[in-house]
Amino acid sequence: MKQPARYDVADRAPRTLSDFLLRWETILVAMLVLVVIGNTAISPYFLDIYNLSDATFNFSEKAIIALGMALLILVRDIDLSVAAIIALASLAMGLAADAGAGTPLLILIGLSVGAVCGAFNGFLVARIGLPSIVVTIGTMSLFRGIAQVVLGDQAITKYPAAFQTLGQGYLVRWPPIPYSFALFLLLAVIFAFVLHRTTLGRKFYAMGNNPVAAQFSGIQVDKIRFWLFVLTGTLAGVAAVLLTARIGSTRPNIALGWELEVITAVILGGVSIAGGSGTIPGVVLAVFILGLATFGLSLINVPGIVISVLLGLLLIASIAVPIVVRRLMKKKPA
Amino acid sequence: MRREFILALIIVGLVVVIGVRAPVFVTPASLVNIITDTSFLFMLALAQMIVILTRGIDLSVAANLAMAGMLTALASRAMPELPVVAIILLSTFCGLALGFVNGALIAGLGIPPIVVTLGTLAVYRGLIFVVAGGQWLTSDDMTPQFLAFPKSTLLGISSLVWIAAIVIAAFWYLLSQTRTGRGLYAVGGNPVAARYCGIDLAPQQLLVYSIAGAVSGLCGYLWVSRYGIAYVDIAQGYELTIIAACVIGGVSIAGGVGTVSGTLLGALFLGIVVNALPVINVSPFWQMAISGAVILAAVIVNARAERRAGKLILPEARQFAGASK
Amino acid sequence: MAEEPILQLDHVTKQFPGVRALHDVHMELYPGQVTALLGENGAGKSTIVKILTGIHRPDAGAIHINGKLQSFSSPRDAWASGISAIHQETVMFDDLTVAENIFMGHMPLKSGGRIDWQSMRARSAELLKSVEADFGPDDLLKRLGVAQKHLVEIARALSHDSRIVIMDEPTSALSAREIDDLFDIVAQLKAEGRAILFISHKFDEIFRVADRWVCLRDGEHVGEGLIKDVDSPKLVKLMVGRSIDRIFPKKQIKIGEPVLEVEGLCNPTEFADVSFTLHKGEILGFYGLVGAGRSEAMQTLFGVSKPSSGTVKLNGKNLEISSTADAIEAGIAYVPEDRQVQGAVLPFGIRENMTLASLQRHASKSVLSLASEQSVTRKLGERLSVKASNWEQRLNDLSGGNQQKVVIAKWLATEPKILILDEPTKGIDVGSKAAVHEFMGELAAEGLAVILITSELPEVLGMADRIMVMHEGRIVKSFTRAEATAEAIVTAATGGGHHAP
Repeated sequence: MKQPARYDVADRAPRTLSDFLLRWETILVAMLVLVVIGNTAISPYFLDIYNLSDATFNFSEKAIIALGMALLILVRDIDLSVAAIIALASLAMGLAADAGAGTPLLILIGLSVGAVCGAFNGFLVARIGLPSIVVTIGTMSLFRGIAQVVLGDQAITKYPAAFQTLGQGYLVRWPPIPYSFALFLLLAVIFAFVLHRTTLGRKFYAMGNNPVAAQFSGIQVDKIRFWLFVLTGTLAGVAAVLLTARIGSTRPNIALGWELEVITAVILGGVSIAGGSGTIPGVVLAVFILGLATFGLSLINVPGIVISVLLGLLLIASIAVPIVVRRLMKKKPA
Repeated sequence: MRREFILALIIVGLVVVIGVRAPVFVTPASLVNIITDTSFLFMLALAQMIVILTRGIDLSVAANLAMAGMLTALASRAMPELPVVAIILLSTFCGLALGFVNGALIAGLGIPPIVVTLGTLAVYRGLIFVVAGGQWLTSDDMTPQFLAFPKSTLLGISSLVWIAAIVIAAFWYLLSQTRTGRGLYAVGGNPVAARYCGIDLAPQQLLVYSIAGAVSGLCGYLWVSRYGIAYVDIAQGYELTIIAACVIGGVSIAGGVGTVSGTLLGALFLGIVVNALPVINVSPFWQMAISGAVILAAVIVNARAERRAGKLILPEARQFAGASK
Repeated sequence: MAEEPILQLDHVTKQFPGVRALHDVHMELYPGQVTALLGENGAGKSTIVKILTGIHRPDAGAIHINGKLQSFSSPRDAWASGISAIHQETVMFDDLTVAENIFMGHMPLKSGGRIDWQSMRARSAELLKSVEADFGPDDLLKRLGVAQKHLVEIARALSHDSRIVIMDEPTSALSAREIDDLFDIVAQLKAEGRAILFISHKFDEIFRVADRWVCLRDGEHVGEGLIKDVDSPKLVKLMVGRSIDRIFPKKQIKIGEPVLEVEGLCNPTEFADVSFTLHKGEILGFYGLVGAGRSEAMQTLFGVSKPSSGTVKLNGKNLEISSTADAIEAGIAYVPEDRQVQGAVLPFGIRENMTLASLQRHASKSVLSLASEQSVTRKLGERLSVKASNWEQRLNDLSGGNQQKVVIAKWLATEPKILILDEPTKGIDVGSKAAVHEFMGELAAEGLAVILITSELPEVLGMADRIMVMHEGRIVKSFTRAEATAEAIVTAATGGGHHAP
């Protein structure tokens, strides 16, 4: 009764070159190339392999958290407490180290504290139904506040040498790849696979685009949100292990302000704060752009605060420019 | 009205408990000192509240404050004869301009408020470093009249408190006596319905971020002159205390809900906690953890009060809801 | 009647992405008269309302009021020209008082620009009295029920003191008594010389209040005239474009054994004692006013919310449903009423939408298989005649009817035993509507058990084997196909007649 000829509908949307060129990831690649060229031009030391390897120390920990944060923002949540979780996890490891704990136990403690903090956030957000931004502003104060109460103005600096190797050592000698960077690359591949190839990833996108329709489609939205908070907390725990090991000390202000840098990377990476869009390759590219730009500017002695101005501008511009361009393009044909 | 009443009771209870342990806390001088200290929080929390009413958030207020404060300190050093009125205007306009930038990006380009103000938070902080060349300005760099103004008194009350009172009155007037103010509740409560009523979101956003900026700017001068110091990091992280005051005061982060009295009580609560800690011999390191715990407690209480009990369809459910008014 | 029209709409055209909402439409409203605007869902009635109230601007055409050309760029311009509206969706502010809801956007001011709260309350009280409301101006809106909120909306439209009042389905949530009150208000407005544009699906109402009629179909003007010169079969024919007996392809199917037995399902505020049995091959209709608790009861059955008491049996076995995932697992599918919010993920493509509720079927060890997704998309897309340029086209770019077909396909992909359709033809074009009806019949013939929630009388009379009528959260009456008449159903749905045991 129906003519199949009418149903000559293509399985896939047509792919055009301009679509590819206008993809956010393509623009990020171009930005990364510009950063590398700019850095090479202003400093002869930039392209040195040991310098580059050094640079990864400064962003790998944040980058690891950014992977979890990307998923949270993708499903319309946010975690502002990640840096405070680092402080609390680092504190726990410090106290354990003081009591003579060995490296494996220290790692276990760091990850567990991160997971428990994440579960606390997730419980309040997904089970009690509180807005994640308020909850994590609260836990941000609470977690770092506890660290402050315990530490006062003291620092814990007695960490075993084996533990410190985790943050300072290399997985491969040549080319020099630090443990932290290697771990980040491994996690990035896993996250990309889960987000872009599995049913779970599809569910994340559905939740981010329309949480109600997602729930009506049988997706256990609140359960997934809870576990994403646990995941992000655990990744903050991982970052706490690496950071504490790298700098060999725990102070109450450890990783202060990192939540903003992590969120900046995620948003620059193309994850929409409104939820539902963004990719792991985008976030990875943004991490590289921010990390290498910061590193290049510091090579020529630009003060950190000025760098943060530039990063702030970059964050706003990366969102504003496409909007302006789109508006101009819309006006033209009319 | 009921939740404000409960919050007021908690505050009175808190003051009584602290007063029993440390009678010095409830002396008039001490209470006046608390009010004076909390003046900044009163003004900034109200400014944040009108932003949150429209479903927004302004994370850049403390950076804005620091920037305006630094600018006045630099201006006063360069032109020592500058009258205080001019300095106050300069500070307010600087804040207004920075707030307007936020508003223009949010209302004009439709970028989410959290992204814009996260970015401008970093930018404004950095600008302080750029304009001041990284230096610290101390009371030695400031003129006596620059420093004296916030402490000067009228009818026994410091001008800082007077200014706070004027700002509070202005917010009360805006929110309860003008169409614009009621429109903020409409836009935050139901943006689509507000549009049907001829109230558009964008102009309202431009307005609230500009006001939030202007109030931050005003506080910038007052802060720098009261504490006699200006540098990049003043009031760092204060935006979170401000948001905490709003949340404790019952402002809903989802927009459309919040009162002047509630927010003032929220600010007062935090002000009392901060001032009470040293009096009852608790380390000031506790302050952060306590305010975090209080934010969580407040938001849980708010959520319980706001929870919808489903639609009222059954006749007996409607009667019950009517009777419980 | 040789009177001059107060409002004239000429050659109005409005295009939305992918949809031609209005094409060269004209319409006149006369003072002291009620003009009924007729048309099926999606015929363009709401677009006319939105153009007249300044929410949309027409792409072409002119609006004249008292012969003067008008151009509305905002709702304020529309009020200023003397037009106000009772909107179909109640547009309201839950956390504000009734008085503020009535006067939002045009609160009375004292000299000096302050809001005149006193006069606002007094005028609100008057308006509430005129609509016979049982609540006051200082009550918070969130404390009101659905029908009470609707009264606020009516009071709001009256508060403008407009010469032209638009009523967009004003009775859809009202009880019989409230409808009588509304019609008294309409009579009063008429007597005051105001022009009224009355939009309703219910012919009895139209013949009761209207003086004139205008009919739209697929965005085009297809006829107008005086009510006294017309009868309902003629209007239906104009609206639908063909005679009514052809639209409902109800097949005679042998009703099978019971599949779903619901007993005493309750919710504290939304519904109570919902009990019914659904059989294999049966289409069970649920009729009622908007907000009668039908969707809420079905969503509880589907695991969106939890019942406070009651039992559900599937094929004779007790069924425990605590999430939508459980319901899908048990073979229940629910096509929700609010397509854009609950049904479709609009930024997703057709394929991603169609497979969303059955992702596990297209994955091995959770890794998705594109080929498997594509094949089911092609199969269902073709079966439901979805019109698209490719199967990855975003739902945003499809017409309402095609979006609805995709949502239905999503649920068929789960291979359900029970299909709950909640207002499945709301807001879609005539062609898609017929396709959905035909398809519903086919599914029942294949042995699916179907629950059809609808507020459209012809639909429930045409499609359902049995009809349950809900009123204020309870099933008040049930009818077999043979004993159902339009009058009896409407009487039960509006609270008339006695309650069923």
